[in-house]
Amino acid sequence: MSVDLATVKRVAHLARIALSDEEADRMMGELNGILGFVEQLSEVDVSGVEPMTSVTPMAMKKRQDVVTDGGKADDIVANAPETDRNFFLVPKVVE
Amino acid sequence: MSELTSLTIAEARAKLAAKEIKAVELTEAYIQAIEAANDVINAYVTVTGDKAREMAKASDARIAEGKAGALEGIPLGIKDLFATRDVHTQACSGILNRFKPKYESTVTQNLWDDGAVMLGKLNMDEFAMGSSNETSHYGPVVNPWKASGSNQQLVPGGSSGGSAAAVAAHLCAGATATDTGGSIRQPAAFTGTVGIKPTYGRCSRWGTVAFASSLDQAGPIARDVRDAAILLKSMASVDDKDTTSVDIPVPNYEAALGQSLKGMRIGIPKEYRVDGMPDEIETLWSQGIAWLKDAGAEIVDISLPHTKYALPAYYIVAPAEASSNLARYDGVRYGLRVDGKDIADMYEKTRAAGFGTEVKRRIMIGTYVLSAGYYDAYYLRAQKVRTLIKRDFELAFNDVDTILTPATPSSAFGIADEDLASDPVKMYLNDIFTVTVNMAGLPGLSVPAGLDAKGLPLGLQLIGRPFEESTLFKTAHVIEQAAGRFTPAKWW
Repeated sequence: MSVDLATVKRVAHLARIALSDEEADRMMGELNGILGFVEQLSEVDVSGVEPMTSVTPMAMKKRQDVVTDGGKADDIVANAPETDRNFFLVPKVVE
Repeated sequence: MSELTSLTIAEARAKLAAKEIKAVELTEAYIQAIEAANDVINAYVTVTGDKAREMAKASDARIAEGKAGALEGIPLGIKDLFATRDVHTQACSGILNRFKPKYESTVTQNLWDDGAVMLGKLNMDEFAMGSSNETSHYGPVVNPWKASGSNQQLVPGGSSGGSAAAVAAHLCAGATATDTGGSIRQPAAFTGTVGIKPTYGRCSRWGTVAFASSLDQAGPIARDVRDAAILLKSMASVDDKDTTSVDIPVPNYEAALGQSLKGMRIGIPKEYRVDGMPDEIETLWSQGIAWLKDAGAEIVDISLPHTKYALPAYYIVAPAEASSNLARYDGVRYGLRVDGKDIADMYEKTRAAGFGTEVKRRIMIGTYVLSAGYYDAYYLRAQKVRTLIKRDFELAFNDVDTILTPATPSSAFGIADEDLASDPVKMYLNDIFTVTVNMAGLPGLSVPAGLDAKGLPLGLQLIGRPFEESTLFKTAHVIEQAAGRFTPAKWW
């Protein structure tokens, strides 16, 4: 399978990465190189094989549903580009 | 001063305990070594000199009180992927511009709890995506090794290139690193250092910037096998904050060193003899086999039939997980923000400006293979292949105790190599011998075993059963005893 320019632009939008036409063109060549490389997986017989979901055979650890941390609003917004009274600020979303 | 920085962790530990040296002297010697070297080596992206001096002073106080920890007063470098409280943590990416976390990763907290001293944050490929440390936002790291008679600057490997270079150039006593497809073992091999990626679940991933969560593992890069064993003992833990942290106590790895290999069975997988592999790598491998045989181990030919599919499967699984993990960098909660005409435009412009080329490429691949209509053909198939790769190892380990392979298909290559820059897949092939181990979640160790004709270090890799890191240390120690240790001639 290979990707065309329209697909590259659609995927870039899904990934929320702005690409110039020139970048999209270069990316198309590189993605097709990588997709060509992974194409060899199609020769493996995977019938009846379970997909791996956990690399170590273990049940996920669970903990009591209790509050163990919190009260750190100042810390949480400390690295944000724009904040106001412990809220994250974003451009207007709803008119 | 240079005498102090030439001490291994074990040697410094003994001298500190015997009060022959002070932690503050040792730390000062490293700070001076970094100041003298970092302009050319570029291993550190931040040096935390004041903090290091403070920590060393506290170590001296604890030593005087008889309360020394296992790493008391040992100066370490920390890969920029580990969150360190109020200290530069950017995974060497522009998108985490000026990020200083308000929390500490479990791995680094374990080190500080044992008395270690932080010298600073180490350079790496952006988000650990790379095999040459050239994708870093902070520029490439220069390998302290040069080919004999050549002045060409070589890469230290990646993604933990800063860690490997700093250890090889004696700019820290040891370093933390991480390995998703070979990022500890390949740079260790390129710099004549020892690196171990432990079993998945051995080191907590909490507070480590995520790349591919089902593959990422932290581990140390050190000057010798003993130091690597000492560091891993402190880094590893059982951690409730990481649901994939495994509930098995951490053994004393150092105790395995010097144990006999008599009766051990070492597997030699025929699939690792790849086309176009340099004769020198083949010779190194044979030499490793001979050393282990001399030490009393039995050599067994084995087959890992799905080996060649590990790298292509990795380049589906790792980018898929990365595209999901890196979705969080949106210019809202931390790091860079580039304003746009609306929120979607702000996201797209921020991510376009903040991510480097290799990271964008992998996010794009990941997004594509997870997108509607392609999931089964790519991601699901890759995860099935992964099951087969793991099964290969399980069958092999019914018969052998550990597996010996080359660590890399070549020695270190030049910075800005045109051949590699023009084709991403060629760069990916660096991980051909290491990536299988991540796909199966196994422990893998790279130990220096010799120099090639150009005088550059080459490494051998040992692969073990889950949680049998001690077996790897024991076996690597035998190789180290036979091969000797390798230090670059100082030119910086």
